[in-house]
Amino acid sequence: MADTPIPLEVQNIKKRFGDTEVLKGLSLQAHKGDVITLIGASGSGKSTFLRCMNLLEQPNEGELFVHGEQIRFKETRHGREPADWKQVVNMRARLSMVFQSFNLWAHMTLLENVIEAPIHVLGKPKQAAIEHARALLERVGLAERADYYPAQLSGGQQQRGAIARALAMDPEVMLFDEPTSALDPELVGDVLKVMRDLAEEGRTMIVVTHEMAFARDVSTQVIYLHQGQVEEAGPPAEVLGNPKSERLKQFLAPKH
Amino acid sequence: MIDLHGYGPRLAEGALITIELAVLSLILAVILGLLTASAKMSRSWLLHRLGTLYTTIIRGVPDLVLMMLLFFGGQIGINMFTDWLYARFDIDIFINVNEFVAGVVTIGLIFGAYMGETFRGAFLAVDSGQIEAGRAYGMSHWLVFRRIRFPQMMRHALPGLSNNWMVLLKTTALVSVIGLSDMVRVAAEASKATREPFTFMIIVAAIYLLIASVSEWGFARMQKRYDIGYGEAD
Amino acid sequence: MEALMNWLETQLADNSIFTLQTLSYYGDGLVTTVQLVALSLIIGLVMAIPLAIGRGSKRAWIRLPIFFYCYVFRGTPLLVQLYLIYYGVVFVEGIQETWLWVILEKPFVPALIAFTLNTGAYTTEIFRGAIKATPRGEIEAARAYGMSRGLMLRRIVLPSAFRRALPAYGNEVIFMLHASAIASVVTIMDLTGAARFVYARFYAPFDAFLFVAAIYLCLTFSIIYFFRHLEKRLLAHLKPASG
Repeated sequence: MADTPIPLEVQNIKKRFGDTEVLKGLSLQAHKGDVITLIGASGSGKSTFLRCMNLLEQPNEGELFVHGEQIRFKETRHGREPADWKQVVNMRARLSMVFQSFNLWAHMTLLENVIEAPIHVLGKPKQAAIEHARALLERVGLAERADYYPAQLSGGQQQRGAIARALAMDPEVMLFDEPTSALDPELVGDVLKVMRDLAEEGRTMIVVTHEMAFARDVSTQVIYLHQGQVEEAGPPAEVLGNPKSERLKQFLAPKH
Repeated sequence: MIDLHGYGPRLAEGALITIELAVLSLILAVILGLLTASAKMSRSWLLHRLGTLYTTIIRGVPDLVLMMLLFFGGQIGINMFTDWLYARFDIDIFINVNEFVAGVVTIGLIFGAYMGETFRGAFLAVDSGQIEAGRAYGMSHWLVFRRIRFPQMMRHALPGLSNNWMVLLKTTALVSVIGLSDMVRVAAEASKATREPFTFMIIVAAIYLLIASVSEWGFARMQKRYDIGYGEAD
Repeated sequence: MEALMNWLETQLADNSIFTLQTLSYYGDGLVTTVQLVALSLIIGLVMAIPLAIGRGSKRAWIRLPIFFYCYVFRGTPLLVQLYLIYYGVVFVEGIQETWLWVILEKPFVPALIAFTLNTGAYTTEIFRGAIKATPRGEIEAARAYGMSRGLMLRRIVLPSAFRRALPAYGNEVIFMLHASAIASVVTIMDLTGAARFVYARFYAPFDAFLFVAAIYLCLTFSIIYFFRHLEKRLLAHLKPASG
């Protein structure tokens, strides 16, 4: 496997739902340590784009490379599909995702959630997985909640737990899909703090978010999407500090 | 054509008995169900307890056992009563418990308990503001029930009602055991006599499936009617 | 033991119906009922798991036969299914001369087959519903973490579906206990069979049937209690913590 310094690269992703084209050829390169934020109005395609990166959505066109390894596709009667699901499963195990609605597995305790994929997907020994998981829960401030079920935790705790679950995979790239959008305002801060810490320690992250302060302070690159196309992209100081297009200016303007 | 060995007309009569039995028991069950639901929601301690006792016992004992208890026991009970009447008042009457009546009463009694639960849930699902609004416009108790509570309750009750009806329909097969010539009994006799169980039992199974499918369609249409005003939101 | 028997004997002395003899009929009947119900439930459950998975298959040749099986067995009375299998087996040409007859002669086996197929169909639908109700997000998370279809089914979908299916399955167990009363129709001496025998012998319907009704009530309550306990343990995760 070619070990390029680019953990994730996507080229010219196009996605159609029926007759509407929601992604019109998007590309992105995540270098090691990059924090890329995707911003845009709802319906701009930013979440769909993120979900194409680990193939939760199948792009109709475009290529994906994980550490230079290209994902192979084939054409079937139902459209384009990955040629080798083993390859996809492998790839997903290296990119872990944090969801808007947390999606913790409801029938498992927090600890069980965190050790599940490391043991059964990566084949990690149970004892080692538990030790690692406890350290991660400690890190996100949930050491005492290890044996709680998701329904017994607040939204903010669930999301921090979900981040611990993602970290347990030792992912090369972390994908965040609007991680704070489903949270009550007073719980957002804790989650953002955990994410800032991760960025500081050099994690490669791709984040779909509405939190402009986070985008400005933490990211190395900001991409503004409009109707499935990149309207503006670049360092945060440039894109957020000095927006060129009228649309982005309006998007950034304080509401009311 | 399938050779029915002359059992065709009897089978048709049996099917008719099955349907009559099912429809009459359903009517009885709905009446008992509404009464039970009211009893369980009533403020009277006694009525509440009675309602709970009724549903608990009915739901804890097999249909067939209840049916035999009522059919065999019912006759003896009535005989004891008429004997007493004769001895005490010199009134001589004879009441024979007929299988059909016993069947309707038992099945009605059993499903009254299930209907009671269905109706109770449905009544509770109606927003109390709706009823207050009716009262606020000067509607009487009965008018509120008839014009506001009942139509809205039916929307919530229909799925349970339809489900109970499907189970009730299949339960009617049990009356063949106490000697009523419904289609299952005719088919069982024909199977033994002709040694062709598959022919007769499959016909009977098909008739059950047909009745079930037709009523499912009917219930779907009724649900549509009662869903008026709730279309998109749900 | 001796003392207990003596005590029972004196208690029953002025009772012409509930002698030790008739009580032993009820006892044997209880054993038969429990055997019949437990065996059919266990086999039906084992059958239902793959069927419930297949019921949601994309391939029509897997999905449709299972759908048809469930439709027929849930849409017709168990009594009809019992007659079909009981008479169907008895009247097969020449079966009485084969070794199979040793097993099939007793109505227990045809009844067991009918009950198993019946509860199998209902259980398949219960599991199907529970599998379908798996939250989409949990499946997405499993996919996003690199789980294969088989692993996801085994670790995420089925464990959570079993828990969701528990209340409905508890009802199915009670339903099966009550439905098993029709075994007496094909001359099996189950609980109801014992009651019918006692009724016929003493012409005492109230004693015979009320007694058996009480036994069924106790069994029903035990099942309800057992499932409540199980639900409390296994469904704890769905309840928010108090306070």
